[in-house]
Order: sequence, then C-alpha cells, then structure tokens
Amino acid sequence: MMGSENADGFEETNLNAPREEMENLVLGVNGDAAGGDGPLTRSEVNGDSSNSGYRSAMSTLSNVRDPLSPLPTVLTPADSDPLLAPSSFSDFRSLGSKPNSSDNSYIEPPSYADVIFSPFDENSDSEINGAEDSSRHSLSSDSLSRSPSSSSSDYIKITVSNPQKEQETSNSIVPGGNTYITYQITTRTNLPDFGLSEFSVRRRFRDVVTLADRLAESYRGFCIPPRPDKSVVESQVMQKQEFVEQRRVALEKYLRRLSAHPVIRNSEELKVFLQVQGKLPLPTSTDVASRMLDGAVKLPKQLFGEGGASAVPVHEVVQPARGGRDLLRLFKELRQSVSNDWGGSKPPVVEEDKEFLEKKEKMHDLEQQIINASQQAESLVKAQQDMGETMGELGLAFIKLTKFENEEAVFNSQRTRATDMKSLATAAVKASRFYRELNSQTVKHLDTLHEYLGMMMAVQGAFADRSSALLTVQTLLSELSSLQARAEKLEAASSKVFGGDKSRIRKIEELKETIKVTEDAKNVAIREYERIKDNNRSEVERLDGERRADFMNMMKGFVVNQVGYAEKISNVWAKVAEETSQYDREKQIS
Amino acid sequence: MESTEQPRSISGSMQSPRSPSSQPYLSVSVSDPVKLGNGVQSYISYRVITKTNFPDYQGPEKIVIRRYSDFVWLRDRLFEKYKGIFIPPLPEKSAVEKFRFSAEFIEMRRAALDIFVNRIALHPELKQSEDLRTFLQADEETMERFRFQETGIFTKKPADLMQMFRDVQSKVSDAVLGKEKPVEETTPEYEKLKHYIFELENHLAEAQKHAYRLVKRHRELGQSLLDFGKAVKLLGACEGEPTGKAFSDLGSKSELLSIKLQKEAQQVLMNFEEPLKDYVRYVQSIKATIAERGTAFRQHCELAETTKLKEINLDKLMLTRSDKVGEAEIEYREIKAESEEATERFGRIVKRMEEEIVRFQEQKTEEMGVAFHQFAKGQARLANSIADAWRSLLPKLEASSSV
Repeated sequence: MMGSENADGFEETNLNAPREEMENLVLGVNGDAAGGDGPLTRSEVNGDSSNSGYRSAMSTLSNVRDPLSPLPTVLTPADSDPLLAPSSFSDFRSLGSKPNSSDNSYIEPPSYADVIFSPFDENSDSEINGAEDSSRHSLSSDSLSRSPSSSSSDYIKITVSNPQKEQETSNSIVPGGNTYITYQITTRTNLPDFGLSEFSVRRRFRDVVTLADRLAESYRGFCIPPRPDKSVVESQVMQKQEFVEQRRVALEKYLRRLSAHPVIRNSEELKVFLQVQGKLPLPTSTDVASRMLDGAVKLPKQLFGEGGASAVPVHEVVQPARGGRDLLRLFKELRQSVSNDWGGSKPPVVEEDKEFLEKKEKMHDLEQQIINASQQAESLVKAQQDMGETMGELGLAFIKLTKFENEEAVFNSQRTRATDMKSLATAAVKASRFYRELNSQTVKHLDTLHEYLGMMMAVQGAFADRSSALLTVQTLLSELSSLQARAEKLEAASSKVFGGDKSRIRKIEELKETIKVTEDAKNVAIREYERIKDNNRSEVERLDGERRADFMNMMKGFVVNQVGYAEKISNVWAKVAEETSQYDREKQIS
Repeated sequence: MESTEQPRSISGSMQSPRSPSSQPYLSVSVSDPVKLGNGVQSYISYRVITKTNFPDYQGPEKIVIRRYSDFVWLRDRLFEKYKGIFIPPLPEKSAVEKFRFSAEFIEMRRAALDIFVNRIALHPELKQSEDLRTFLQADEETMERFRFQETGIFTKKPADLMQMFRDVQSKVSDAVLGKEKPVEETTPEYEKLKHYIFELENHLAEAQKHAYRLVKRHRELGQSLLDFGKAVKLLGACEGEPTGKAFSDLGSKSELLSIKLQKEAQQVLMNFEEPLKDYVRYVQSIKATIAERGTAFRQHCELAETTKLKEINLDKLMLTRSDKVGEAEIEYREIKAESEEATERFGRIVKRMEEEIVRFQEQKTEEMGVAFHQFAKGQARLANSIADAWRSLLPKLEASSSV
C-alpha cells in the first residue's frame, strides 16, 4: 500500500470523505461526488439484466486468481524458513549465547526478530536509518504492497510536499485578500506517456476537487478512489500547521491511489494535473448559481420542445442529470424513478440484475465488517500503545529506585538489590520501546482496513453510476413509449378525417422527428449503460482481487511484525531472568 | 489448596515431625478461605495449620480457624510488646465492597496472611512470643475473647493507624528539620536511615502504581485482542477464499492470545505488584517503629530529667534535715527505677533496630529478587507464546497467498 509518513494514529479523512460525499449526494448540491449525482441515483432501480457476460463474470469471481499480485519476495528473510523451529525460551537458557545476536550466530535458528530492523536493537550493528521508507525496512508498507501494474517494471511515485501560503490575485467578490495553500506535487515515473521521468507542479486543493470531478465524469462505472474531504472550516483553522499537514498527507494518499488505478493512471486528466505548469487547464466545476442561470436559459426550450426537439444534444444525454441545466430532465427522471418504485406504469424495461443486487448487498455487508474491524484495530493499537507507555514508566520508576538505593546504600544487600532493579528497569525500558515500534508498524499494516473503507465508497460510486445510467435508459424508454402512443392516437384521429388533417399531419411529422431523436438518444443511453455495466464488472473484479491480495499482505505483515517484536521482547526478558536466576525458587524444590 | 501453598521460607529444614532429635522448627500455613456469616456481617475465615516441635505448643500439628481481625490483634500485640522490631505488615483491611469477596482478592489476601504469619514464625525474637502461641493454638472462643478484650490504643482502625503514621512522620521530620528542641537522640547513621525510609516509601509507591497499571494494560490488551479477533472473523466470513480462511485463522489466534494475556495479568498482579505493595507496607511499619523509638526516647529524657529534679530536691531536704526526707527518698528511688527502665527500653529499641535493618535489607533483596525473576520469566514466556502463536499462522498465510 502506499504508506504515508503518518505513523501516529489513523488517517481520519478516509472515513470522513465518504460520509461527506453521501451527504452531498442527498442534497444534490455540488456535483462533486465521484460518479454519484442527485437523489435519483440512489433509488433502487429494479430491472432484469440479461447480461450474460456479467453473470458469467460473477460466477468466476470466487475463483479469481489475482494476476496482479507478484509473489512476495521481500517477506521472508533470505536465509530463513517460515517453518523453522521456534526459538523458545528454554533454547536461550540452554544455549547460553546472547539471544538476538545478528547474523553472525551459527547456533540460533534465524528468527523473525532479525527481519525487523529496529534502531533500538542493542545488537544491530548498522547505523540508525531514520528514513521511513528505507529499503532496509523490510516491512515498510511499500515493499509489502502489490505492484499496481501488470508489469512490475512500471513505476510511478507521487509525493506531496512543501505547503505554501499564497495570495489570491484576482478581484473576488469577497472583500479582503484571500489566502490559500498550494502544495508541491512531485512525480517520479518511467511511464512513457509522461515523457519526463521527474517533474513538479504546484496545485491548490480546489484543483484537486476539479480533478476529482472531471474523473468522475469521464470514468463512470469505475471504482474511483474518493478524494479527500473538503472540510468546511474557518480560514484560521485552514492555515494551522496541523490541518495543512493532515491535508498534505490525505492528498498524497489520494494521488497515489489514483496512480495505482490501472486505467486512471493513464487518464488525460491526471496527466494534465501532474504535469502542466501554472493554472490547471481542466474545466472547473461550475457553481450552482451559474448552472441555474444556464439552465434558466435553456429551460423554456426544453419545456416547450421548440427549436427542433433536440434541445439537448445527444451526447449530453449520457451525462447524468445535474441541477440547473437539466431541470426538465431531472423532473422526468424523478417521475420515472417514482413510477419505478411504486410499480405504477410498468415500462418495458429490463429488471435489475439479481446478481447485481446480491453483489450490492454483499458489498454493503463487507463494508460494515471492514468498519468494525478497523475500529477494533484502532483499539488494539491503543492497547499496544498503552502497554508500551506503562512499561516505560515502570522502567523509569525502577531506574530512580536503583539510583536511590545506590546513593543511600549502607549494606551490600542494598547494592545487590540495586543491581537487580537496574536489570529489570533496563529491560522494561527496552521492551517499552519495542512495543512502541511494534505499534507504529501495526498501524501501517492495519491501515489497509481504513484504506479499503475509502475504496468501498468508490465501489458505491461505481454502482451509483450504473443505477443512474439505467434510470436514464428507462426514462427514455418510457418517454419513447408515450411519444409513440401519442403518435398513434394522432394518426388514428387523423385517418378518420377524409383528405387528411393538415394540422394533425404536421403534428405527426414533428412527433416522428422527436421520436427519432429520442430513439437515437435511447440507443446512446443503452450503449452507455452497457459500457458502464462492463466497467462495473471489470472494476469490481479487479478490486475484489486487489482487496484480497492487500488483505493477505496486511495479515502477513501484521503477523510477521508481531512475531518479530515478540521475539525481541522475549529476549529482553530472558536476559533478566537469567541475570536473576539465583532467585529461581521453582528450581530449588526438587 | 494447602499443599501447594509453600510458606516462602521455612525455618530449619523440612523435617518430618516424627524425627525426635530434630532441631526446633515452627511452620505455619494459612489456607482454605471460607465465607461465613450473612449479608453485611459476612467475613472470610482461614484455616491456620501449625506444625511444630516447640515445647509449649500442642504439637506436632494443630489446626485453628482465624479471621482477619485475629491477625490484626496479633500484629497489634506484637507491635506493643516488641518495640524496635519491624513487625511484618498486614494486607489492607477493606477493599471496595464489590471486590471484598472476589476470588482474586481473597486469594491475594490469603497469600499475604500466610507470608505475615511465616515471617513472625521465622523471626528469632517474635517466634517466641506468647501472643503468637495464643494465635496459633487457642480455640476459637478463647481467641474471640482475647480479641474483644483488647482496649489499648492499638485497637485503632487502620485508618486511624494511618493517621498515626502521618503524625509520626510530621513529628519526625520536624525533629529532623530542627523545629522542636532536639528530643531525638540521633546519630548520623540514624538520621540517614530515617531519611532513607521516608524517601524509599515515595519511590516504592510510584513503582507499585506503575506495576498496578501494567496489570491493567495486560487486561486491556487481552480484551482488545479478543474484540479484534471477533471482528476479523466476521470480516473473513464476508470474503471469499482464501482470504476468508486466513482471516478466520487470524481471528482465532487473536482470541487465543487474549486468554494468555488475561492469565499473565493475574500473574503480574500476584507475583510482582503484590510484593511491591508488601514492600511499601513494610516501609510504613518501619515508620511506625521509628515513631516508637522517638516516643521511647522522649520518655527516657523526661524521666531522666524528673529523676535529676527529685535528686536535687532530696539533697535539699537532707540538708535542711526535713522530716519529708523519707517520703522524698522513696519517690526518688521509684522515679530512678522507672528512668532506668525507660533508658533500658530505649536502648533495647536502638539495638533491635540496628539488627532489624540489616535483616530487612537482606530480606527485601531476596524477596524482590524473586519477584523480579518471576516477572521476567512471565514476560518472556508470554512473549514467546505470542511469537509462537503468530508464527504458526505464517505457513498457512504463505500457502494461501500463492494460490
């Protein structure tokens, strides 16, 4: 996974982003949801899908082999076998050798303690390497992640850094100069599309929103990673270092996820975002006001069907209805969804795919469990943290005692006790450090759960795209059928008039025009719907595979981590037990 | 139960009572806690078994039933009679009502009482005490009578006792700071000792506090592992294979480790935190002895002064050939005897304390050494089983992911 530098605590924005998006969806205000729009898309649209392709895909889903995950080679230490005999406590006692020695030991079976590089390891004779993602850190999240592309030589790495305050230059309606933060976005890549291998741009958060919106439009049906929260906060808070740092981390995660997506990484939008200097040349999301104005102009035409009934260009049909501009369409689709729900007039549309509905249900269940697991993971992390802290405090208290006894010693027994205490204290302090390291690694691994919560939102978005596309199709179908009904009625009436009814005939002609246009629109909509269904299917399949691989890696990483640090901690205490072995009362009763 | 409770240190060897030419020994055990009585008046009684060949004891074995207040009686009597000796401390009287009868609490108390009695039975002077014999041998009615008859100041509740200690502390530190006139005969060594004892209590209390917290942390970690295991199993149920099985295995291991952690928590509580608490109590008992020494010295001073005054008065009377001389002479002799007694008492306390402090330091080094050793072993064992448990998952995880 694309681990970030955030070692303390979890990234909260991943959880918040989906919630905020859902709220926006309900309000239907800003069209900034990834792939979702207005209340219409959330409605349960029923229909049968006779898409055999999807069905067959579903059945193979459970057997899917993830072609993307390379066999992890970094995991096991080169000279060890996971099935090694466990180095038990008694082995240490009997060997009498220093436990946890470096690779120079011949006697010891290689242990996982050696795999895990710890700067506080007393026996590690390498210098302390502070970089988080140093390659020596074999359990860094980088090395455990699947390589996101099919060929492992493809490489793209994005870093977000260097936040800076800048002043708004243009005259804005809001008085007083607006300041905002820009971030430096550095990309290193060997993908040919980009031309260069390393480049940087400066972007502000608004640009990211734009990017997300454009991607949502272009990649309907895809599971697009959700962008970070907009965070409605005061400008004062905006400039606080903590907030800026949180945002920087969130942006980095987001961009890395985008670049990990096999299709989106090649998108024009992302390329432009990452490479083009200066102002971001993507059309911005228009605000509601201007859209309303836009819509107001077009509305009369729509309402009265004037000007060659194609008031709305056909290609626009395939875009989901947004506010303002598409008021009329919005109304129609709302009516349609209502009629679908209440089963009033049953339009001759395909019923929603039962397997799709099952899949949706399953996804929902999965999301619930991921939420639950990630909450418990947080508790676990906290408990580990606390253990480390208290152990450290205990160690310090004993160090003070040791010092005290030594200073005040009158008898030898006191000095002996001081020595014993020191042994305990040193071990406690070491163990405490190990717990804390264990924890920061645990956070990185279990963070995978958090990441996938974000991806569940992406899946929901993809499903919503599909529903809204289906709604469009159904709206058009029902529109078509009512138009045709009108045409038939007119023809019937007109044929009763001898010699033809000039005005009626003219109306029929116009109607036939409209029908033709609507027919075309319907065909486009159906093609779009099929396309989105395909995207859905391949994306969900891809995501399922990725998720499973990522979860497996997470588990492995988590477990190896636990093993390694447990061994280290055990060694530390074994040493004390040995140093105090003269006090072993169990031995003496024999 | 009793057979597993070895008294920490046994006087002499573990010789069977049947060998007639064996050295004198006295071995005691406190066991089999039983809840008696109803409702508010319910209490725990313990079986106290004495094995001995002491001449004035009913040997070779005698079993009596005792309750906590009987132990308190014994402690108070010893404190009264053997001034200067660091009387072994008792576990605290009342716990939070809820836990008063919890299995853990009862067991901890039983163990502490066992240690208490054995320390007395091992002490060269204390083991010859009549009160100890009463405690170990008297039948229950007699014991109860003794307990109720106690009227001295030492029937105070521990809360009062604590207040006494605090008073002592302030008095002693006043003396150290020189606020009062120097009533305490001090030597540099004794001053050092007092300072040491008071400081030691602070340090120990802090260590004990963290030890207690550590017990809690073990429990919390255990709980979170349990919850995590459950959640991960549910997650596995949603996922297809092989991830589902992997999650299920992970969850099971997590639940297993949770149990180990709860067990270790209990061990740490009994074998590490409790000895530290005992250490603190011991130091508090020493503080009480320090107070006693102060009191004894004051008495010695006052009586010496009074004797001097009486002597002067007597000489005066003798010079004036008063007929009160006879009376005065008798008074003078009485006071002088008392003063000599007080001086002797004080001297005994000083001597005893000198021996006691050596004993105390050695005993504590031994006891803490044992506690540290057990703690370290426990932690090492725990870490090992954690490592083993997680390690056993790895082959399965490897196999699953290469499918």
